[in-house]
Amino acid sequence: MSENNAIGIVAPQTASFSEPLTLKSGAVLSQFDLVYETYGTLNADKSNAVLICHALSGTHHVAGKYSEKDKYPGWWDNLVGPNKPLDTNKFFVIGVNNLGGCHGSSGPVSTNPATGKPWGSEFPIVTVEDWVNSQARLLDQLGITQLAAVIGGSLGGMQALQWTIAYTDRVRHALVIASAPNLTAQNMAFNEVARQAIITDPEFHGGDYYEHGVVPRRGLRIARMLGHITYLSDDAMGEKFGRKLKDSIKYSFDVEFEMESYLRYQGDKFAGEFDANTYLRMTRALDYYDPALAYGGDLSKTLSQVKAKFLVLSFTSDWRFSPARSREIVKALLDNESTVSYAEVTAAHGHDAFLMPDEHYHAILRTYLSNIEVGGNHAE
Amino acid sequence: MQNNVNITKNVAQYRQDFAIIANWVKFGSKVLDLGCGDGELLQFLQSSLEVKGYGVEKNDANLLACVASGTNVIQMDLEDGLSGFEDQSFNTVILSQTLQAMHNTEEIVLEMLRVGKEIIVTFPNFGYWRNRMQITAGRMPVSKALPYQWYDTPNVHLCTINDFDAFCHHHNIEILERRVITDGKEVNFMPNLLGSLAMYRLKAL
Repeated sequence: MSENNAIGIVAPQTASFSEPLTLKSGAVLSQFDLVYETYGTLNADKSNAVLICHALSGTHHVAGKYSEKDKYPGWWDNLVGPNKPLDTNKFFVIGVNNLGGCHGSSGPVSTNPATGKPWGSEFPIVTVEDWVNSQARLLDQLGITQLAAVIGGSLGGMQALQWTIAYTDRVRHALVIASAPNLTAQNMAFNEVARQAIITDPEFHGGDYYEHGVVPRRGLRIARMLGHITYLSDDAMGEKFGRKLKDSIKYSFDVEFEMESYLRYQGDKFAGEFDANTYLRMTRALDYYDPALAYGGDLSKTLSQVKAKFLVLSFTSDWRFSPARSREIVKALLDNESTVSYAEVTAAHGHDAFLMPDEHYHAILRTYLSNIEVGGNHAE
Repeated sequence: MQNNVNITKNVAQYRQDFAIIANWVKFGSKVLDLGCGDGELLQFLQSSLEVKGYGVEKNDANLLACVASGTNVIQMDLEDGLSGFEDQSFNTVILSQTLQAMHNTEEIVLEMLRVGKEIIVTFPNFGYWRNRMQITAGRMPVSKALPYQWYDTPNVHLCTINDFDAFCHHHNIEILERRVITDGKEVNFMPNLLGSLAMYRLKAL
């Protein structure tokens, strides 16, 4: 995919906010930064903005490369670019790193202005609601009153949903992909195992490992390995690795099967570039998101004020965010006579399918997005 | 919009069944079209009656066509019932020329009656004389309405108008109206023999 880099060289920007942000937990961030990237041009009446919300390990770097030397483009480069399904000739696309992240936005790894040291364990727990509120602040700063669309997969889909609940007049279309209105107990259980792997790593130091000059690499690695198992379907793993051996059975606990090699590679790669405190917070944000809780568990009531039009999409082999969970969102929207279409894409890749350039999946997104009306001529 | 109106007129010209369905659907009402295909009927009802329409469709290509035309479409298999839809949440639920291809025929009609205040069911009448002739001649019927060979047909539950009347009676379904057409023209005399397409407007007794 690296050769398909139509968007070219991009650069991140940082927006600073000095107005305090009160979080759902009650904690207050007196000031914060959000790092973001944009692709395409904001039109004259600012009606063509599309916000991309990232999932657990995503970033603001959605598309393009920072330099020609970059091996890979942004994480959703197959979707975003000139003449791609999310066409940057038409839309002004925004990618933002969420609060609590580890790629430039305020988070555990950034400096606490009160102490001059990394926040570490002191960085508050952030929620999907907090992210959406902070993203709205970014739009304010960019002078965008209404999004043409908000798009997200998985945890990103939860943010897209939250946008339509919290800012009913600020979003015209929501594309909620491979997501859910809350996590099931089984899904939360995976998160808990991941967190336990990190927290019980001797090098975690209660979350303040920065001052010890170490990182809980083993814990983060295991957390990521577990995650990868759940993002793939049994069939996809079978097809990709099966019982293939790297060499031969050696009656040892070394890497002998291809599958082990893959998991260790993914774990090592991730542990080398992601922050453990961020991982803890991202999984907690997943666990806590449950917009219907305030409505006695009634999702239909929760969505009764929603004005956005919806495209809800799921993948047949996704067992971590199963089609049944997406159908719950669809049902609640139908109960409110909202404008909604729902596609259940036949795909073998499990939860990971939402990042894959499947032809039918991308055709649906392309078609839906091409029907979104944006007013005004493009700015010079 | 001009474009839509033209399409509407054209559709009504060659789809007499659409015109009858449009007569049975109230202006501005909420309509669910099961097996909506590329969304043609819903677009017709939306442009002529400003209905709030939703389609249900299983096929990927049809789903994409619906998305392209801006028709609300929910991808699901009708054989699994209508579990995502609340009781009596639609004014009209339509099953247009799909009944004969359903495996769970009984279940889908009962589900339609649960979800819709009224339902519309249309199907090719197997009692049509041309079908009977072909059977008499010793072959399975193949026609414009039933364009398949016995070995490749998706139609697994073909029935006659008399069969469907009996089905309604047996299931306490009230027949509010029945219209029968052949080649776009209404048939009033001996409909089970002379009618090619049967159209029913029904509700639960």
